[in-house]
Amino acid sequence: MRVTRREFVKLAGAGVAVGAGALTGCAGTGTSGRAKVVVIGGGFGGATAAKYVRLWAPQFDVSLVEPNANFISCPFSNRVLGGNLKLEALTASYDKLQSARGVTLVRDRAVAVDPQARTVRLAGGQTLAYDRLVVAPGIDFIYDELPSLKDAAAQERILHSWKAGPQTLALRRQLESMRDGGVYALCVPKSPYRCPPGPYERACQVAFYFKNHKPRSKVLILDANEDVQSKKGLFMAAWNGPSKGLVEYRPQSELVDVDVRNMTAKLQFEDVKADVLNVVPPHRAGDIARQAGLITTNARWCNVNWQTMESTAVPNVHVLGDATLSAPAMPKSGHMANQHGKLAADAIVAALTGRAINDEPIISNTCYSWISDKEVVHVASIHAYDQAQKTLVPVKGSGGLSPGITTREAEYAMGWVASIFADALT
Amino acid sequence: MARAKYAWGIIAATLAGMALVAPAAAQDYKAASWAASCASCHGTRGVGNDTMPRLAGRSKDDLLAMMLEFKADKRKTATIMHQHAKGYTDAQLERIAEYFARQSYR
Repeated sequence: MRVTRREFVKLAGAGVAVGAGALTGCAGTGTSGRAKVVVIGGGFGGATAAKYVRLWAPQFDVSLVEPNANFISCPFSNRVLGGNLKLEALTASYDKLQSARGVTLVRDRAVAVDPQARTVRLAGGQTLAYDRLVVAPGIDFIYDELPSLKDAAAQERILHSWKAGPQTLALRRQLESMRDGGVYALCVPKSPYRCPPGPYERACQVAFYFKNHKPRSKVLILDANEDVQSKKGLFMAAWNGPSKGLVEYRPQSELVDVDVRNMTAKLQFEDVKADVLNVVPPHRAGDIARQAGLITTNARWCNVNWQTMESTAVPNVHVLGDATLSAPAMPKSGHMANQHGKLAADAIVAALTGRAINDEPIISNTCYSWISDKEVVHVASIHAYDQAQKTLVPVKGSGGLSPGITTREAEYAMGWVASIFADALT
Repeated sequence: MARAKYAWGIIAATLAGMALVAPAAAQDYKAASWAASCASCHGTRGVGNDTMPRLAGRSKDDLLAMMLEFKADKRKTATIMHQHAKGYTDAQLERIAEYFARQSYR
């Protein structure tokens, strides 16, 4: 294929025309005349939404409110526990969203939303006005059912490590200082929770570490659910194969409390003593979602219109990621949040420029789990809008699992993480 | 892969370097929204990386043919694409292929 000089000139002309259109294509209702979009939360969902609004509507003002200096990925952070990755490799700056995409980074915490005035108040005292607001707060934990784990000192001893960062490193240190022959117990909450395969991947990674450094030790999964929640056959193959004898899986083992001093998990009918006890408490949408009145269901999750990600409770506010009341068979994952971010961005640009929304969205999930230092498995699903059910549903016959545990998919997994970091943050 | 398209790649890269964007006259917003899903792995606008094949600027016919082969389980060059391809109608795949064919890349 070739581009002739004549075609080149034509293309160049089109480029100039688009550039001029972008400058004059003003749809703003804010005081400066430019539409204002505020995004709360710089995770996979929020960062992506901020970027894509600017990508598709460079004439809009976009602010991203995030208290942390850097993005840290939960996906693949279990590898840090296995000793197979440094957390730095999963840490990235937000700077390019500002320098390359023109997103205004606001390093602060949102403390209140006023949906009538359309303003967000920040911990630092600043107030931001919006035409459209994106709330991507991730999760916070519910300790109501775990009385002994309510106080801060207890939470420093019995870690969740379900938000990547300091707790990831702290759990790794606990595993490193554990005696050989000890028990690492992981308590999994009832679904839905963030990252359905995450606990089982974590078990594989800790087992990998034990196998090579503390071979007399054991991983004990105390799962509140009736069965493995994701990639069951593949994880069982690992626990009956490479990790044989190292991992014990106990379903229907819901935690009712902990004994912090004795590192003991209290189940309904027995106490289980561990050397390292790792409790993932039940979750709900992050605090700001609750403050903003976005939580609609079971005092935990935020229902949204799945064509636009707009809250069903509060107009002009879009909720993304793990905080949402998940559509049928839709996992709470970073990949999914990244997809939500683009749905919201498209709907916001459509609304503020007066064009039609995409009334038949299709989004997908791709999720890699690390079995060992170099073996990976995946699950994939595709979710299309169903006009009758008014929600996103898995497309019949699509999606699926790896046929087995392979090293080939480790290469794709590394490609995935590089891609999604670039897609969300640059 | 795609060695035959190397020359076209240079031309497209040159165009991209001159800050051109795809002609906007017939912007298919729905296709852009669908294609944004692919971008999580294949890069924003399909620019790709060392592992994930570039989709931007490739021939629409080639992209569509590949996706239809994945969908029919006739193409085995990936571990996951046959599962994704089955999530779309042929007509949707065609519009997505057209979108990526129009994208420039760095």
